[in-house]
Amino acid sequence: MEIRHKSMKAFGETLADSKEQLKIINKSNGIPLFDEKYKLTGEEYLKTDKIEFMQINLGKMCNQVCKHCHVDAGPDRKEIMTKETMQLCLDALASSDIPTVDLTGGAPELNPNFKWFADEIKKLNRHLIVRSNLTILEANGFDNHTKFMADHNAEIISSLPYYKASFTDKQRGEGVFQKSIAAMKKLNSLGYAKEGTGLIFNLVYNPVGAFLPAAQESLERDYKRELQKNFDVYFNNLYTITNMPISRFLDYLIASNNYDSYMEKLVNAFNPAAAKNVMCKFTLSVSWDGYLYDCDFNQMLDLNLNHGAPRHIKDFNEDKLLNRKIITGQHCFGCTAGAGSSCGGATA
Amino acid sequence: METYYNPKDLAKFAEMSEGAPELWKKFSSWYGAVFEDGALTAREKSLIALGVAHAVQCPYCIDAYTQDCLEKGADLDQMTEAVHVASAIRGGASLVHGVQMKNVNSKLTM
Repeated sequence: MEIRHKSMKAFGETLADSKEQLKIINKSNGIPLFDEKYKLTGEEYLKTDKIEFMQINLGKMCNQVCKHCHVDAGPDRKEIMTKETMQLCLDALASSDIPTVDLTGGAPELNPNFKWFADEIKKLNRHLIVRSNLTILEANGFDNHTKFMADHNAEIISSLPYYKASFTDKQRGEGVFQKSIAAMKKLNSLGYAKEGTGLIFNLVYNPVGAFLPAAQESLERDYKRELQKNFDVYFNNLYTITNMPISRFLDYLIASNNYDSYMEKLVNAFNPAAAKNVMCKFTLSVSWDGYLYDCDFNQMLDLNLNHGAPRHIKDFNEDKLLNRKIITGQHCFGCTAGAGSSCGGATA
Repeated sequence: METYYNPKDLAKFAEMSEGAPELWKKFSSWYGAVFEDGALTAREKSLIALGVAHAVQCPYCIDAYTQDCLEKGADLDQMTEAVHVASAIRGGASLVHGVQMKNVNSKLTM
């Protein structure tokens, strides 16, 4: 399967439609229901404990078209958060104690109001995370974004699916590895991942195919050793993330005839300890157009908040969002397999 | 077409406990311990297992340990080198027996 140059949506592919994806993943195929399996945790159903993260998707536009992207992001995607919706997010933040804002996309830096928004978030004294794909920091016109993020003490989290070019470029595109290394060097030169600076730079590993991630700690040791030895680059922590069977990764699973065995693998690896710490318990996800979701995956499947919780950021009400019942589906097995998976890595 | 090897049979491995449950229990516990992180990492052990799988030409083990190597963080380069190690030992083992051939040859010929 070759790297695309545009999103599935641009090609009018069936799986670009979230309803089509849900039809496939919620087909039973003899697989137990996630809600039933979740009861093994001792809890009746999945609900939010508290909101520690407001994860805001600034838009689906991206300079990369990664094979596994759950957003189906790409250069052709026009969905971008407006300044007005950003202001609604800031109003919601100001009325709450949510300590961390996590900006994602697409490439969040491609939103024309990215810097203004990041600046306003810091004025509210919130911890800021930017999920940067690294290559955007090497693109024309974005050279000062790295310094901007350092000046704003933004934590940077970036995908690097392997410490060598082979796997990385297969998943993310030709030349991505070298550009990522160049961006990492720039981040390191500004103090990122250097002791005493407080500038945090974390990497994300996700499998380049239909298999589960390696153990986070041992893989982090391999990454640190190899990246330091071969490229003299440094990072703080490695987060391992399982590929979710939705969007482009679902397309890959079906095309490579791996879908059934991958789902079976996820279900067989269900880990109640991992399920107890899934990120939706601590997250509020906001889409580019201001709608609210339990996580970025539910957002891409158009599984809007329900059960009496507000559905749009303009109706933000923290009390109504706490203890909300989380919208689940068979895709949730992706977060509960093995050591678990979240935007902050393993959960067990 | 019927074949002796069926990929689905790999999942039935545990059925070998029937008839000798105590032996299976001992095997499973020992097997699990062997592959834990120790003086060698779990990834290194998985790569050795993949090499041995090729040396003993077990299709079940090749299937299982290719997946396991990937899930332990190995890539194609590392797995291919492991297969070369197994092949080198197999090839070398044949070749080194050439010394026996030479010994016999020396004894029998003028």
